[in-house]
Amino acid sequence: MHPAWSIIFFTSASGLGLGLAAWIVLGLIDLSQFWHLIFVAGFTFGLIGAGLLSSTLHLGHPERAWRALSQWRSSWLSREGVLAVLVLAALGGWFLYTYMRGAPPQWVGFALVILITATVYATSMIYASLKTVTCWYHPLTPTCYLMFAASGGLLANLWLVVIAEQSVTAIIQSLAAVLIVLAWLVKFAWWWMLDHKVMDSTLETATGLGSFGKVRSLMPPHTSENYLQKEMGFVIARRHALKLRIISVLLGGLIPLVLIIFASSSPLLLGLALLCHLTGVFVERWLFFAEAKHVVSLYYGDQH
Amino acid sequence: MTSLPEPSAIKLGLVIDLDICVGCQACVVNCKEWNTSGYGAPLSDENAYGANPNGAWLNRVHAFEAGNAEEAKTVHFPKSCLHCEDAPCVTACPTGASFKRAEDGIVLVNEDWCIGCGLCAWSCPYGAREMDPAEGVMKKCTLCVDRIYNDNLKEEDRVPACVRTCPTGARHFGDLGDPESEVSLLVAARSGYDLLPEQNTKPVNKYLPPRPRRKAEDAPMSLVAMAEASTPKGFWKWMDSTLEKLG
Repeated sequence: MHPAWSIIFFTSASGLGLGLAAWIVLGLIDLSQFWHLIFVAGFTFGLIGAGLLSSTLHLGHPERAWRALSQWRSSWLSREGVLAVLVLAALGGWFLYTYMRGAPPQWVGFALVILITATVYATSMIYASLKTVTCWYHPLTPTCYLMFAASGGLLANLWLVVIAEQSVTAIIQSLAAVLIVLAWLVKFAWWWMLDHKVMDSTLETATGLGSFGKVRSLMPPHTSENYLQKEMGFVIARRHALKLRIISVLLGGLIPLVLIIFASSSPLLLGLALLCHLTGVFVERWLFFAEAKHVVSLYYGDQH
Repeated sequence: MTSLPEPSAIKLGLVIDLDICVGCQACVVNCKEWNTSGYGAPLSDENAYGANPNGAWLNRVHAFEAGNAEEAKTVHFPKSCLHCEDAPCVTACPTGASFKRAEDGIVLVNEDWCIGCGLCAWSCPYGAREMDPAEGVMKKCTLCVDRIYNDNLKEEDRVPACVRTCPTGARHFGDLGDPESEVSLLVAARSGYDLLPEQNTKPVNKYLPPRPRRKAEDAPMSLVAMAEASTPKGFWKWMDSTLEKLG
């Protein structure tokens, strides 16, 4: 699948922002000081908002994007849109309440975490609901999205806590490290699945000509690349997949892990950890699209 | 509404005979011609006369080779929207632009609502949808909904443009929901089949398989056998015996 930058940025940035928001509403950072509140709220909304805005960039008609909120009964993309709007509104309310009256009751936080989880889940289901892309169509796909949002979010929370000069508890520090390890373990399982899952469909079932023997593409229906091949026939990544996987694990997993364990009191080094994590997830997300193979590529003779 | 309607009694669709199609591309061209000049945004092309032309087409003809060596068959393979009963492109659409008609099962796009997100094209296993490069909206086969119900056209023209133009009669249009319709009888007689049945999209369009190739020895007439079996008569008999005598 064609890895559109706008979608990669959308899923990684708003995923991180939503993960961060979940830890904030659980009370993992003290927002009693006004400037802390402003900065944390701005940073969180910035990530989620930039991601959502970016997702409209690849649209043919961004001015009609509001229509995408209407079909939540059937469409995961629509559900994601509706949930994102609800989360932004609820989160806005949460920050406002915190500013006016101090931390809201715990149950509000838990309710918001459920809403946030549902939003990240809906984002992942846009892809995981596509039966046409075999490797996406698997419960591990939403698990990956949720784990990266949770682990990246906690790392971001840790960084904010440190720059606000609040104390970091050993439990939270360990939890951040554990979540990063778990997230990458899930991703390893997903990659294993990608490498081993066999597509149900073949060119024989796609053409119905299997009874005559092996089917090959003899002539494409057009002389130059069309929309389908550009959108769904991306092959560059498969050539460099291993190198890119290593890069993403190093940046998104190993470096942040080491920095969390050994430098959890330095705002600069934790900032670096967060930046590395975001970049690593960015590469991971690029691969998520670029390595995925669509059924339609069979018609164009892709037998790999 | 992008929820799918209850399956309609009338299921309009195409039956494509792979035994007959010669890959002349006439259906492709007439489809483009009709659909670029009628409803909605034109079916645009980019760089049409350049080195790397690109454009939106609703019907494409592939060519495949099936089988090996002497037994290999070349099969020309037209492909357009199959108007699936469980159309994943319809449920995936976030805006309600993509819909399936309750009355006849035709899958259409409301171009005024389409945001051009491309998710419907991702969810279609057949590659039936292409984004219009100029308009930024999704284009697909309409089964020529603006022809088949069009009272301003002569009755013989009230079929999809691809069917009307096919010079070999490889494309048939009709109601596949009616088991007694001509197309349904054809599908039953020729063992018509679904493409990618494992995707569970329940396509309405059916394909008729190429007929098995005849073996050389089963051919009704072999010229060599005919020549050897026949005994010459008249002038040819005289010539045959005279030349024989010359040694």
